[in-house]
Amino acid sequence: MKNLIGIYEESLRIRMIELSIAANYQVQDMPQSMRCPVHLSIGQELLAAVFCSMLKKSDKVFSTHRCHAHYLAKGGSLNRMLAEMHGRSTGCIGGRGGSMHLSDVSVGMIASIPIVASAIPLAVGSALVSAIDNTSEISSVIFGEACVEEGVTHESMNFASIRKLPVVFVCENNLYSVYTNISERQPDRDITLVGQAHNIPSFRCDGNDVEDLINAFSSAIAISRSGSGPAFVVIDTYRWLEHCGPGYDNHLGYRAETEFLKWRDGDGLIKLEILLRDKKLLTDQGLEDLEKKISEEISEGFKFALNSPTPTPADAGKFVYA
Amino acid sequence: MRVNLFTLDPMTTKLITTGEAIRDGLAEAGKANRDVLLFAEGLADPSSVYGTTRDLAQIYEPSRMIEMPISENGLCGVAIGAAIMGKRPVISFHRVEFALLAIEQIFNNAAKTHYISNGQHKVPLVIRAIIGRGWGQGPEHSQSLEALFSYIPGLKVIMPTFPNDAKGMIISAIEDDNPVIVLEHRWCHYIKGAVQEGYFKSDLIHPGKIRSGTDFTVVASSFMTVEALQACELLQMYGVCVDLFDLRVLRPLNLERVKESVNITGRLMTIDTGYKTLGLGSEIVSEIVCANFSGLKSAPIRLGLPDHPIPSAVGFIDGLYIDSTIIFKEIAITIGLDSLIVSEGLRILREKRALVPLDVADPTFQGPF
Repeated sequence: MKNLIGIYEESLRIRMIELSIAANYQVQDMPQSMRCPVHLSIGQELLAAVFCSMLKKSDKVFSTHRCHAHYLAKGGSLNRMLAEMHGRSTGCIGGRGGSMHLSDVSVGMIASIPIVASAIPLAVGSALVSAIDNTSEISSVIFGEACVEEGVTHESMNFASIRKLPVVFVCENNLYSVYTNISERQPDRDITLVGQAHNIPSFRCDGNDVEDLINAFSSAIAISRSGSGPAFVVIDTYRWLEHCGPGYDNHLGYRAETEFLKWRDGDGLIKLEILLRDKKLLTDQGLEDLEKKISEEISEGFKFALNSPTPTPADAGKFVYA
Repeated sequence: MRVNLFTLDPMTTKLITTGEAIRDGLAEAGKANRDVLLFAEGLADPSSVYGTTRDLAQIYEPSRMIEMPISENGLCGVAIGAAIMGKRPVISFHRVEFALLAIEQIFNNAAKTHYISNGQHKVPLVIRAIIGRGWGQGPEHSQSLEALFSYIPGLKVIMPTFPNDAKGMIISAIEDDNPVIVLEHRWCHYIKGAVQEGYFKSDLIHPGKIRSGTDFTVVASSFMTVEALQACELLQMYGVCVDLFDLRVLRPLNLERVKESVNITGRLMTIDTGYKTLGLGSEIVSEIVCANFSGLKSAPIRLGLPDHPIPSAVGFIDGLYIDSTIIFKEIAITIGLDSLIVSEGLRILREKRALVPLDVADPTFQGPF
């Protein structure tokens, strides 16, 4: 497990990368260079950083359309992620999938699937292979709370439970599916009850509280690692920006500005920064150096992406069949 | 004349049905490769997927025998995930209609993972789905939806018909690094033939030549090949020699041999087990016409099911499915046989079938082929 400063660094890195994607997505009077949808993770970085810091490189992660934070925290290449968003052949999947399909097999980031809940059974299949081959690695899938509304989630949990498969189900409850609040989509209940109904040990935690996240994830990972079966973690969190795209959209009126402000003011990164300063683990100078290092990495990343070749039509039909 | 596809050495073959041959193929694949996993509802129950998975627990360890909860979409996704991670799962659905629950996983994740991953992942998955027919199966137990699966690049779609070929095709499908949809017609399961012992493969590339002839090209698939074969054998008696293909591989669709055949015959008939409208025949006819418009002596003939569900009651069924009489008549008339001969031929075919109810597979023509 990375220490707290490591978690902070990774969260801050993801935040700064996401902010730079938002800032560069549509520059006024410039032709748009990132020509694919982006689902930013701002507000949800901490949970990704904590969770992935507790996994081994050989552990498997599956994700959704909102996969940037998971990909980065698992160790996926920033250069190749930005290249993918810019539609370059150096992208992590050669420009074939765009931002919603990020993967980096070399670090165990197996696949991101943008169809709601579609990645969940894939992670269970990966866990089944570990169980059959009797290996120590675990699989995991990180998904939004709307997945609880999809049948395949329950099918996957049911199967993982009866077979005691080493898989951790990680649900980011950010309250909204596009513009629709969870209260219009689900009964008023704790989502962990869904896991419990499948006889899966289930934990709920505050996505802005690093200790809470560490406790929940370490319990869940320990269960799966020990061979006792699956575990389920539900994290209360919030996406600050619009569902898809680089901007704030509170003016649309689907959610209250006050709700957003409450979540933003409770920002887990700020809370962790304060904690680190209290523990004398972070200084003004330290933070400045860190931001500088990340900024350089980001500008290198954009440079790499923009200097990379674009794929050619002749290759559009490649990799249909193995 | 009938191609000697089916005359195998009796010393190294045994006479079994297509259903039994598929079971043997699964057994051989499981013996040869411990990465092969079996998924089904009722995998080892008294029915064992119509006998096609019977006694496979003698070969597959319990960890490779995945008894499915009734969760077709979820377990298809689990199988895809296992395939991505290096296993070779075979998932069996008792009817095509149950596979429809898993269409999202099949069309998105099975078909596209190799492409989306820029070639890094492979999905060596076999999905068996059985097409029902007869005994009042009704609208949601008898659909032949091969065109639906064949529409999707990234999937391979095959329809085994005859026993020896079926065994080889199942083994090839399991060895293939792509998702392969195997559509098995329930009435093909009953067809008997000589089947080679041991592990062997059949190609997943070309249609199979069942009869050679220079007067007419017929492309049929699955059980329709059996109906066509009866018609062609009778036509031979009247001097009409049909080049008959068993389509076998629907995607990727390789029509080179059919094109060569039509270059000689100038005539083409397609017979789908599914709907005529937008069926494989639609694609085959359009490909052939585009390739050889001026070489055709007559308009191609397309046969298939009418545009409505298949009802349960047997009273509806007469003439609904394409059979040997319809095939015989269409070819005989197109080629210009005398009407007396056509009537006689139809009488012969009808008399052969007359004693068997319409809603069961014809026991007088199940081989051995």
